[in-house]
Amino acid sequence: MIGDKDVEHVARLARLALTESERARMREQLSAILQYIDKLKAVDVEGVEPTSHAVPLLNVMRDDEPAPCLPQSEALANAPDRVGEFFRVPRIIED
Amino acid sequence: MNARPAPATKSYETVIGLEVHAQLLTRSKMFCGCPTSFGAAPNTQTCPVCLGMPGVLPVINRSAIEFSVKTALAFGCRVNRACRFARKHYYYPDMPKNYQISQYEEPLAEEGWLEIEVGGGVKRIGIQRLHLEEDVGKLVHEGTLETAHASLVDYNRAGVPLMETVSKPELRSPEEAAAYLRAFRAVLVYLGVCDGNMEEGSLRCDANISLRGRGAKELGTKVEIKNLNSFRNVQRALEFEVERQARALDAGERIVQETRLWDADRGYTRSMRSKEYAHDYRYFPEPDLVPLELEPSFIAEIQANLPELPRARRQRFVSQHGLPPYDADVLTQSRALAEYFEAAVRDFPNAKVVSNWVMSELLRVLPGDDEAAIRATKLTPSRLAGLLTLVDDGTISGKIAKDVFEKMFRSGDDAAAIVKREGLTQVADTGALERIVDDVLAANPRPVDDFKKGRSAAKGALVGLVMKATQGKANPGLVNSILEEKLSKA
Amino acid sequence: MKTDAKPHLTQLTIHELVDAYRAGSTTPTAATEAYLARIAAHDDKVGGYLTVTREEALAQAHAADERYRKGIPRGPLDGAPFAIKDVFCTRGIRTTCGSKILDGFVPPYDATVVTKLKEAGAVVLGKTNMDEFAMGSSTEHSGFKLTRNPWDLARVPGGSSGGSAAAVAGDLAVAALGTDTGGSVRQPAAFCGVVGLKPTYGRVSRYGLVAFASSLDHVGPLTRDVQDAALVLETIAGLDPHDSTSVPEAVPHYAAALTGDVRGIKIGVPKEYFTPGMDPDVQRSVREAIAVLEKLGAATEEISLPMTDYGIAVYYIIAPAEASSNLARYDGVKYGLRVPGGKDLIDMVSRTRAAGFGAEVKRRIVLGTYALSAGYYDAYYGRAQKVRTLVRRDFERAFARVDLIVAPTTPGVAFRHGEREDPLSMYLNDVFTVGADLAGLPGISVRCGFSAAGLPIGLQVIGRAFDESRVLRVAHAYEQATSWLEKRPQL
Repeated sequence: MIGDKDVEHVARLARLALTESERARMREQLSAILQYIDKLKAVDVEGVEPTSHAVPLLNVMRDDEPAPCLPQSEALANAPDRVGEFFRVPRIIED
Repeated sequence: MNARPAPATKSYETVIGLEVHAQLLTRSKMFCGCPTSFGAAPNTQTCPVCLGMPGVLPVINRSAIEFSVKTALAFGCRVNRACRFARKHYYYPDMPKNYQISQYEEPLAEEGWLEIEVGGGVKRIGIQRLHLEEDVGKLVHEGTLETAHASLVDYNRAGVPLMETVSKPELRSPEEAAAYLRAFRAVLVYLGVCDGNMEEGSLRCDANISLRGRGAKELGTKVEIKNLNSFRNVQRALEFEVERQARALDAGERIVQETRLWDADRGYTRSMRSKEYAHDYRYFPEPDLVPLELEPSFIAEIQANLPELPRARRQRFVSQHGLPPYDADVLTQSRALAEYFEAAVRDFPNAKVVSNWVMSELLRVLPGDDEAAIRATKLTPSRLAGLLTLVDDGTISGKIAKDVFEKMFRSGDDAAAIVKREGLTQVADTGALERIVDDVLAANPRPVDDFKKGRSAAKGALVGLVMKATQGKANPGLVNSILEEKLSKA
Repeated sequence: MKTDAKPHLTQLTIHELVDAYRAGSTTPTAATEAYLARIAAHDDKVGGYLTVTREEALAQAHAADERYRKGIPRGPLDGAPFAIKDVFCTRGIRTTCGSKILDGFVPPYDATVVTKLKEAGAVVLGKTNMDEFAMGSSTEHSGFKLTRNPWDLARVPGGSSGGSAAAVAGDLAVAALGTDTGGSVRQPAAFCGVVGLKPTYGRVSRYGLVAFASSLDHVGPLTRDVQDAALVLETIAGLDPHDSTSVPEAVPHYAAALTGDVRGIKIGVPKEYFTPGMDPDVQRSVREAIAVLEKLGAATEEISLPMTDYGIAVYYIIAPAEASSNLARYDGVKYGLRVPGGKDLIDMVSRTRAAGFGAEVKRRIVLGTYALSAGYYDAYYGRAQKVRTLVRRDFERAFARVDLIVAPTTPGVAFRHGEREDPLSMYLNDVFTVGADLAGLPGISVRCGFSAAGLPIGLQVIGRAFDESRVLRVAHAYEQATSWLEKRPQL
């Protein structure tokens, strides 16, 4: 149902490094799940609107008023790698 | 790149589309209350929401919607009353949630246009769509992007409201592209929705360019060009691209669909190291926000309050005020300056005179595109009109008026008050002037002699001496005619 | 509570405890100390807590003491010692969502519901264990520890709010906050024999609730009795300007709805919720409960919810899809775990996510990403959202005929640890609970009996949107007409 290439492609999209055995197991389990989910194909959804939003609200907005920010120290407090006033990340290879 | 091969572009048609991102001049961010001002210390204008912390939720900034609708209407777009936000997924460290809240299938507006002036004519360029999204943070590389071991991230900019407009691929030359961007920017600045500062990044432009054989219907392979941070660079980069692609096509090469970066220092575009698979953004409607359904009255009110836009105003200055196009251009460079001019004309209805004074005197002391300074000056349009009236009715000379102008600018006083206080009223009493002229002629036989000998420049010197004797207050016209008369009799 | 022996401080409900505070017969500090002592004595067996906030709890309790001494208590929750599921952000207190990828994360802000509880004077004892990022039905998918059902330590407490349910059942907190996305408040409530309430979507703010599936996440209380659930709901419900999906519906005085009078209420019993494979003890108990309601004056009729069979399939597309999006932010850049040694950014992110997420979360991220990916969106996410509309219409049709739906909460009772390793068999646990999540309707689970092996069974009541008052009234009337609450687990 879902092939090894699919799992590999999706894992890359989701930035998940899977081991080969994880990939194989995932493929098996997901195939079973997708097979179960296939029962949805039997439902007639002609002319049915999707439930894109769970509440029947519209136009919820806020006024353009500035509000207090986090102090810099709190913004950076959880940083796994902090350099001065910045978050630091390893080198970025364009993808 | 030393030798420049001959341009190979004659057999191809250039097709360009521009994507412009404009940071909106709202006081707070798109989905949270953090301030949007430029230049703050890194990571001092953030909160859990724009940092993408676990558990946070976005709330739409109403002004961002208003500004976008205003812009959409100014471009003649159809505003989609019903629109919504969607999540656009990709991983990059300047995007805290690794998805950007943007708009996809239901953007705010579509199908507008912008008129540009090229080659002496006017061309209408279509605008495909306009939508709202949140800006991303700033990356600073330790070194260059290629050599850096690490990069530093500042999230101050993350979450600032960004309005994206995509033109139709109807631009046909790099020159047209630059003209489009100029005109586009002018509208945004006029509307007050963006400050148009390309150096600071509040206005950003990417271009899509492809070439096709003349007469061909299909579009060629398009290349995206990024890092265009000025009008000049837009034109230069696209000129380079046209040549590059033409040369490649001539050589029978295939154009690679890719993104290229413009390197302004070295004058070329280079390919960004990229795999050739397109991003799968996995758009779906943003479940943390509810849809917008804008009331027709809301849109109508914004429409009714749209200011006159730059091109229309320029044309009206020519037709209504009878100004030469050059003057109209200068005076409409900013909304504030144009309004200043018209306010002065209301009180002193000689448009050309007002124009001359604004262009030569006011623009010496104020930058024409500094909206704030022009609106704040103590030398208000009505005060300028007052000064011009005094010149017009002979109370002061034009020369004195220039001094008075300086004094008015600095002190904020009325022209009349300054003239009175300093006794600058023009001397136009013929009798008094005749006596002064007599004195000057008597005291200065040499210039009189020179004049008689045919040196007409000597007369100018005598005029100067009379003006000096009257502290510049003599009516120059009268001085001239009295001197003429007396010299002819001497 | 009808019992012969005088109940211990830690066996009282919120309303009984607060009455005692008011009467001066005990204090918030005494109750808090008692709970902390019980946690110290028993939680290594139960495993309900990930973090116990002893100092903060005592400071809050002392402040509450003062207020009672001065005669100015804040309200019906003042001084009540709560447990908070570790999915809620608590300022200054480690918040993990049961995941290694957030180990060490200390939020700089409180979730709105936490702020509301604190403003009401509640005491926070600590953060409870859960299935990682709320994905699971047994709390076996926690990245840190196992939680055991106080009724039988070899069995699961349910999930994902297993820690919260076990804490309340095991008298390790007077009440707890949980979250319900596919059933994660009601199902553990049923397994642990406590009350679990899932309000209408939008009734309670989600700000500060770490998102799993945005359109399905609900905040709900787990309590000893229905009156307590009503009191907590009153405090945490209401419009929040930080949450665009919170609804501006007035918050009624829910406790006032507990009149005990259910005469004339029309109850629907969905035939699809009594399946051949389900536990016969559960079937029997629930049928007997329905009979009790009839005796109390409610009118019952059989109804049909034909979309029931599709609920799991719909849920297991939408929830993982939204989860894959909500969990994209965990990348080792701004907070949480970062695995060192990556050769570049992408490598670091991929390794961090591989190390930080457990198997169930990875499974759902992959499934969800697949369901949203180019070429599959229409067939999966798009279609599932349309079938979701049909599920909602099912309930709308039912509520045109009846006022409430009564059914079992789960098809079976608490199972043994390790018994449901196959993901799909675990997912099928949620068959009776997902409907109310997909439709955003309020639902409650209350104890209605025990299996032959002495494990609690849950009765579910589902109502119309924003009709929590009626749901609570019927649940309360049933509770008061029976004596299931007399039995307690022996820890």
